[in-house]
Amino acid sequence: MRSWGGLPEGEQRELRVGWQDQVLSVWRQQVLPAGCGRSYGDSALAASGAVLNTCGLDHVLAFDPASGVIRCEAGVTLGQIMQLTVPRGWMLPVLPGTRFVTVAGAVANDVHGKNHHRDGTFARHVSELALQRSDGELIRCSPKHHQEWFSATCGGLGLTGVILWVELRLRPVSGPWLDAETIKFHSLQEFLELSAASDDSHEYTVSWIDCLGARPRGHFLRALHSAASEAAPRPGVHFKVPFALPLSPLNRFSLKVFNSGYFHRQLAPRKSRRVAWPGWFFPLDSVGHWNRLYGRRGFRQYQCVAPAEAISELLDIIRRSGQGSLLAVLKVFGDIPSPALLSFPRPGVTLALDFPWRGAKTTELFKRLDAVVFGNGGAIYPAKDAHMSGADFRAAYPRWERLEQLRDANINSLFWRRVTGAV
Amino acid sequence: MTRAVIIGATSAIAQATARLWAARGDYLLVAARNSERLATVAGDLQARGAAQVEQVVFEACSETDYAAFVQEIWGQGVDVLLLAHGSLPEQATVQDDVEASRQEFETNALGAVSLLAAFAPRFEQQGSGQMVVISSVAGDRGRRSNYVYGSAKAALSTYCQGLRSRLAGGGVRVLTVKPGLVDSPMTAHISKGLLWAKPEQIARGIVRAIERGSEVVYLPWFWRYIMLLLKLIPERIFKRLPV
Ligand SMILES: Cc1cc2nc3c(=O)[nH]c(=O)nc-3n(C[C@H](O)[C@H](O)[C@H](O)COP(=O)(O)OP(=O)(O)OC[C@H]3O[C@@H](n4cnc5c(N)ncnc54)[C@H](O)[C@@H]3O)c2cc1C
Ligand SMILES: NC(=O)c1ccc[n+]([C@@H]2O[C@H](COP(=O)([O-])OP(=O)(O)OC[C@H]3O[C@@H](n4cnc5c(N)ncnc54)[C@H](OP(=O)(O)O)[C@@H]3O)[C@@H](O)[C@H]2O)c1
Repeated sequence: MRSWGGLPEGEQRELRVGWQDQVLSVWRQQVLPAGCGRSYGDSALAASGAVLNTCGLDHVLAFDPASGVIRCEAGVTLGQIMQLTVPRGWMLPVLPGTRFVTVAGAVANDVHGKNHHRDGTFARHVSELALQRSDGELIRCSPKHHQEWFSATCGGLGLTGVILWVELRLRPVSGPWLDAETIKFHSLQEFLELSAASDDSHEYTVSWIDCLGARPRGHFLRALHSAASEAAPRPGVHFKVPFALPLSPLNRFSLKVFNSGYFHRQLAPRKSRRVAWPGWFFPLDSVGHWNRLYGRRGFRQYQCVAPAEAISELLDIIRRSGQGSLLAVLKVFGDIPSPALLSFPRPGVTLALDFPWRGAKTTELFKRLDAVVFGNGGAIYPAKDAHMSGADFRAAYPRWERLEQLRDANINSLFWRRVTGAV
Repeated sequence: MTRAVIIGATSAIAQATARLWAARGDYLLVAARNSERLATVAGDLQARGAAQVEQVVFEACSETDYAAFVQEIWGQGVDVLLLAHGSLPEQATVQDDVEASRQEFETNALGAVSLLAAFAPRFEQQGSGQMVVISSVAGDRGRRSNYVYGSAKAALSTYCQGLRSRLAGGGVRVLTVKPGLVDSPMTAHISKGLLWAKPEQIARGIVRAIERGSEVVYLPWFWRYIMLLLKLIPERIFKRLPV
């Protein structure tokens, strides 16, 4: 088992469960609960090397099509929920960039989506959850009841216990379609203006940027739900990368060509289209295991949030380093607070890019980026991280000590050990 | 609308199949021995769109009154019956143990045979419907690594073959499903390679075979040829093979 970025940190052994009643019986040592393994770094790898995989807890416990409340076991994926609820007029209020994420994984990283400026993070839409502690205690918590357990578990990186099920409030939707618009921009300033102008008018905003060109340029994407209600095709995987090549086809040159090609793919400065939800929310999912394109050495993702001025400095450093990314993502976060104790999104601009792993070269680059991010009061997303220093983490997430107090002694991750020293 | 009865409904393959039926709005009756897990399965199928889900507790063992059980669940009739319960024992621990060997036959052969004996006349009288029985490729040839399980599945496959021929022409079909290696709780302890399939894949194969009205289906399809080759090897040689 490896993380999504291909981190080979020691051996990871999987313990699997198919029923809630099995969790305590297989949990006889220190573990880390895990879902689909879509986290990039070491926050989903166990310090003990034993991962308790809850993907087998995949039962929908209840769904009320009248109120839009759904209760699912930990391992139900967001894609499965969408397939079940969209035809009945409901959808998840927050979606990350892939549908292969479990509901417990979405809670544990308090994930965000393209509508963060409107609807905040995942935890805001959780009405209740059940947490199994290794001492046998079962805690049902919500924003009102056992509130402290609730806020520690949301964004809690799996450390407070094993989530057995989660209850969510869905949002109504008239159909599976969105009206999307793609607008080209040629500078960071232009991007910020587009974003500010769209915040009120559009539920979803995000952009792809070419960070290797002489100046930042890219596509600004925004969308609204469409009133069209005809059925949409089922989401599918069109092509699967079967295995990681020893050498990656992604190098300095091909990345530059790809990025430039992507930018020019659309000739018109502005284009509108109607797109079904899988295509809008999960464009990468149509290629299975695209992470293998980075070859056996894997890659690292860098996702931070920082003030706009800092982002421009970061883009400069990246461009000059020549170490590029297949697709870099840029989005302006809103200021809606999350109930989670540790949550990544905060006001500012978030930038996410993948870097083919080149050892010391990559480490060196990340050091320079970190100095800018943390020097400007920013933060790095634990779900994507494998390098952040303990001091930087503790400064950006000052409430970490409370989470450490509530951590189950029989749970720890490589990430947590690295940034807090806890064992 | 279809009414399907699923025995051994907590099995991974059965659950995956039942979810496909739930999604198209079928009436379902699910039976399994663990009532708490059964309730979870029933709730899941209900949430996934089944028109209605009934639950009945059932265990394949010598104390069970099979005739009464079938009487209880027959109701207005059954369109599709799926028998999925089974147990894969550790060959080394059961082979020289009389009681354990009998127990495996009870679960894998006698339970299913008793059910089929009680269902057959009802289906025959109804004049329609399909009986779908999950056997295994393990029943195609006795191997030293799992002949207790394999011989029980062989009995089941042969029983189904006879029953199919008895009911032929009467509107009732019997489908024998022979999965190969499936990644389910039953095989959790075995390390997985290229030949392994997911329960969802097997489920799609079962639904397709039912629609086509197949008689015997190997899932995934290539197991038909693997087993064909295995069956061609003369016994003199086969008995020495480390399989
Ligand atoms: C292509 C791609 C796009 C992405 N886009 C976004 C995005 O837009 N926004 C965003 O926020 N994230 C994004 N992510 C990251 C992803 O959403 C998170 O890493 C998510 O948490 C992964 O969930 P998972 O089910 O794979 O869990 P894993 O990665 O296996 O685990 C994630 C965390 O959940 C915990 N966990 C899992 N199961 C349980 C349980 N039963 N009980 C307690 N804790 C548990 C683990 O301990 C771990 O801390 C993206 C990832 C990919 C690969
Ligand atoms: N997995 C494979 O590789 C494979 C290959 C070929 C054939 N098969 C066959 O496929 C079928 C389904 O198996 P699976 O892979 O889905 O495994 P599974 O998830 O382990 O299912 C086995 C099921 O049988 C039930 N069961 C066991 N003994 C029982 C008894 N005495 N009475 C009633 N129920 C009993 C179990 O109930 P509990 O939940 O209560 O334990 C469980 O639901 C079985 O017939 C199996 O032999 C499997």
